[in-house]
Amino acid sequence: MAVIPQTVDALTSATEPREGWRAAVGDFILQRPLGAAGAAIILLMVALAASADVLAPFDPLTTDYGAMLSAPGPGHWLGTDAFGRDVLSRIVYGSRTALMVGLGASLIGAVFGALIGVGSAYFGGRVDLVVQRVMDVFFAFPVIILALAVVAILGTGVGNVILAIATPMVPRCARVVRASALAVRETPYVDAARAAGFGHGRIILRHMLPNVMAPLLIMATAFLGEAILLESSLSFLGLGVQEPTAAWGLMLRGAAVEFAESAPWMAFFPGLAISLAVFGFNLFGDSLRDALDPRLRTQ
Amino acid sequence: MAKLLQVNHLRTTFATSTGLVRAVDGVSWDVEEGETVALVGESGCGKSVSALSIMRLIAPPAGRIESGEIFFKGRDLLRLSDEEMREVRGSEIAMVFQEPMTSLNPVLTVGRQLTEGMEIHYRTQPAAARARALKLLEMVGISDPERRLPQYPHHFSGGMRQRIMIAMALACNPQLILADEPTTALDVTIQAQILELMRNLSRELGVAMLIITHNLGVVARYADRVNVMYAGRIIEQATAAELYANPRHPYTLGLLHSVPRLDEPRRARLDPIEGQPPDLTRLPPGCAFQPRCKYRVERCVEAPPLVPLDAAGHCAACWEAANIASASRVTA
Repeated sequence: MAVIPQTVDALTSATEPREGWRAAVGDFILQRPLGAAGAAIILLMVALAASADVLAPFDPLTTDYGAMLSAPGPGHWLGTDAFGRDVLSRIVYGSRTALMVGLGASLIGAVFGALIGVGSAYFGGRVDLVVQRVMDVFFAFPVIILALAVVAILGTGVGNVILAIATPMVPRCARVVRASALAVRETPYVDAARAAGFGHGRIILRHMLPNVMAPLLIMATAFLGEAILLESSLSFLGLGVQEPTAAWGLMLRGAAVEFAESAPWMAFFPGLAISLAVFGFNLFGDSLRDALDPRLRTQ
Repeated sequence: MAKLLQVNHLRTTFATSTGLVRAVDGVSWDVEEGETVALVGESGCGKSVSALSIMRLIAPPAGRIESGEIFFKGRDLLRLSDEEMREVRGSEIAMVFQEPMTSLNPVLTVGRQLTEGMEIHYRTQPAAARARALKLLEMVGISDPERRLPQYPHHFSGGMRQRIMIAMALACNPQLILADEPTTALDVTIQAQILELMRNLSRELGVAMLIITHNLGVVARYADRVNVMYAGRIIEQATAAELYANPRHPYTLGLLHSVPRLDEPRRARLDPIEGQPPDLTRLPPGCAFQPRCKYRVERCVEAPPLVPLDAAGHCAACWEAANIASASRVTA
């Protein structure tokens, strides 16, 4: 008697696809090795940022005038800068700034972009028209110019840099989300939600937003890499994070330019860190897009 | 019985690039408490727009309810504020849609979708709402509701999803359910199950239903009264039994003759209605059906009013209704 249900159970568990995040992570690594490499770079960066206090051999702010401009070697693995500060330590601490600005900016950009995009698609008509024209105005400016303008208004500093980088991301995110939300808007379940007497806010947040999460997530990941690059650019121009905070873009300016020929490590290693970080986020973002796109999903 | 819903001279229009479309053109009909009323007609005759007008879900700015009154329990729905109307939707009048595959939100669990309305309209506590959701699933014939509640819509088949839609519609104890082609997307055997379920539930709970359909078989079995629509107008109104026994409008007659019957020889030719439904932006003068009508007379260029033909409330909008009555008896 009891044998039959057991066999049925065994059958279903054998044929059912593996579920749970463990299986999902495993599949991702196997099917998208490049994406997994990107994820590894990101994880390394997060680990560096989280344990900077332990990992960094020197204090990133301490100047050592006895060891100014020393080449990479046993004492200072990646050399020192014009003030004798350890380049490796500054890169390790700089990952904090990069991640904070990257995460902060893409989070703010994604949240506001998503709300504007879904709201614009949901209300449609004149609201949509006006919102999209405002977004067009923002689109007209190159990203870096827009960010520079915001810094010029708000001033420098980590918080303001985050806002400055988030600003150009909002319209881009809003546009992508709106495109998906327009399709969602026409689905019967949104009509059904309206017929059930739900308010606009509830329909936008609870019924439509979760259905545009896939493109939103991809945008946010792609933004992360870009935000890090943008932060470096702003800092390089002197309009981002200010000295003496450790930031990668900051390490490329000033003395690094002056001594580019005699002490190239000052610029080389932070530049490498920026490239690697952006590369990692882009690889991961691309693979994430492929993994979440049902049309590209393999059996 | 008291009138639960009374629609008077409702006119809903859509502004299109080719002109103003009168999707619903001055129709009047009603639903009594606990009754099942059918709106029948071809695609594009204004059935769904009628239902959406009652819910006030006609999409502006193109769509507009131009005139008319919709009395629900004595209140004119068209005069309610947006906030008041939102309270009516879902809690007093619920709607079941045509497409069960896409009418449920794919990213929310079935349990969440069942309980949300109760929590919004009646501030039901989550535990109580969950208990009711379990009971609702049982009522609509879904076994093992405990296990089903946390599942997502893609775990369910089309028929089961329509059962869930019905459970959602019943969640807040509405007095009226608008069912817009509730079985069109389902297999024939499932259609019968769903319609049986809806009829039984509506009787048990005393919920009135408006069934919108193009399927005359559905009407015959499940509706008490029928409104036949053509080009945005009601052209015949009668009880279901009377309509079948004694159709008085040429269009209704045509519809009945164009359905294959099992009790006739297989070789018997079907008798389709010639021509196409009219373009709603360029309606013919007078009766909209006259270009396709076999019984056309000169007077048809004047629009015939919907007039009562007998004391039982059988109405038809045709100048020749009296002659057709005898004709339909002969052919039947």
